[in-house]
Amino acid sequence: MAELFIFFEQIYRILFLLIPVLVSVAMIVWLDRRVWAFVQKRRGPNVVGPFGLFQTLADALKYIFKEIIIPASANKIIFILAPIVTMTLALIAWAVIPFSETFVLADINVGILYLFAVSSLGVYGIIMGGWASNSKYPFLGAIRSAAQMVSYEVSIGVIIINVLLCVGSLNLSDIVLAQKDLWFVIPLFPMFIIFFISALAETNRPPFDLPEAEAELVAGYQTEYSGMMYAMFWLGEYANILLMCAMGSILFLGGWLSPIDLFPFNAIPAPIWLILKILFLFILFALIKAIVPRYRYDQLMKLGWKIFLPFSLIYVVLTASFLMYFDLLPGN
Amino acid sequence: MSLIRFFKTIFMIDFLTGLIMAIKEIFKPKKTINYPFEKGSISPRARGEHALRRYPNGEERCIACKLCEAVCPAQAITIESSEREDGSRKTTRYDIDMLKCIYCGLCEQSCPVDAIVQGPNFEFATETREELYYNKEKLLENGDRWENILAANINADSSHR
Repeated sequence: MAELFIFFEQIYRILFLLIPVLVSVAMIVWLDRRVWAFVQKRRGPNVVGPFGLFQTLADALKYIFKEIIIPASANKIIFILAPIVTMTLALIAWAVIPFSETFVLADINVGILYLFAVSSLGVYGIIMGGWASNSKYPFLGAIRSAAQMVSYEVSIGVIIINVLLCVGSLNLSDIVLAQKDLWFVIPLFPMFIIFFISALAETNRPPFDLPEAEAELVAGYQTEYSGMMYAMFWLGEYANILLMCAMGSILFLGGWLSPIDLFPFNAIPAPIWLILKILFLFILFALIKAIVPRYRYDQLMKLGWKIFLPFSLIYVVLTASFLMYFDLLPGN
Repeated sequence: MSLIRFFKTIFMIDFLTGLIMAIKEIFKPKKTINYPFEKGSISPRARGEHALRRYPNGEERCIACKLCEAVCPAQAITIESSEREDGSRKTTRYDIDMLKCIYCGLCEQSCPVDAIVQGPNFEFATETREELYYNKEKLLENGDRWENILAANINADSSHR
């Protein structure tokens, strides 16, 4: 009986996290299109619901009623599995995101490693979709995407090492609490910039949206997908973007902590601060989508391997030496 | 790479300038309109949906001269005519295939009595093809519906004809 109670309590807690995440993914798609439109002096979606807020729900409803077309030469099982994998991986990562000191679904000791591993697995959804479609454009898109995501994960990994050196723990709540006095964005500012740019590449956002470069590859790995399967790719992509924003705000912007520990600020509930930080990063994502042209493929690879990787490695050495010299290493 | 260029790249000056510009653009007035709720202005010469006009006394203008049928480059117009009891020549059939029509306006220009005109209405999408095969009744009904605007448009454009 007690086990059953715990089981249902966990289910309830998962739903309490999952449903807001899914709803905010829908809202974030709307926000993305809206910011994009505003920069171009257009109006963007503004008809369905107040300010067009329900546009994404209307789009999702449309996708549900559309026919799912599976190409005759496609590998059916993997073709169907690919969007499911993308969507699931984008959502399970939210388990370790701490929304406040107490509200975290799975407070595991290797939270950041889990997050890193899950976001790395995201490439499988894309490469499965591209390969199983058995068509040239999806395949080219998937190859590009795999190479791109693997390259930028390397620099993200090194950037995470920088943060971990300052914290001394892999637990996400500990990482946030370590920023009580000083957010890591200040001492590790160059790393924050590189993390942000790598996050753009990791989530296939412009200017690094080469996997779905519509001018060259139709729609990349999504070309053969239709209906709800396309919508799942699409939702998974945005859930990933949101996750990257959450990761950025936890690693560098002090997670749920208020900017200053004074009365009007620390009275605001902790999750609100995290949401505000995620929104800030996401609006930057959306603005960048509107202003930058797409990178060429060799430029993308050059940036990842020849600039970001050496630079973040040097910064690891710098951070380590600094902490060692001034005896600031955590745990001492 | 010159030193200035190097520092510009390192501190992403060009990128930040673009970002600030984008943020400024957000607060500027929008260039687009809320289309189905507000509509842009339309020139009196706009070539939209066809209409057959009548004289103020209710008599059809069309005299079945078939100039429009002859000039139509898409051959979208079909006219049959006969003599009416009072001896005047009138059309018994006046069909326009709106799917063939290229909206060039030659029928309007060729008409000696301003009977066939293209009005300002461009929102006549239908759900079936059959609904876009216009016959005489439909065209006359259009003429009755849009007469005020059509007359004003022809008047406004008359000095250029």
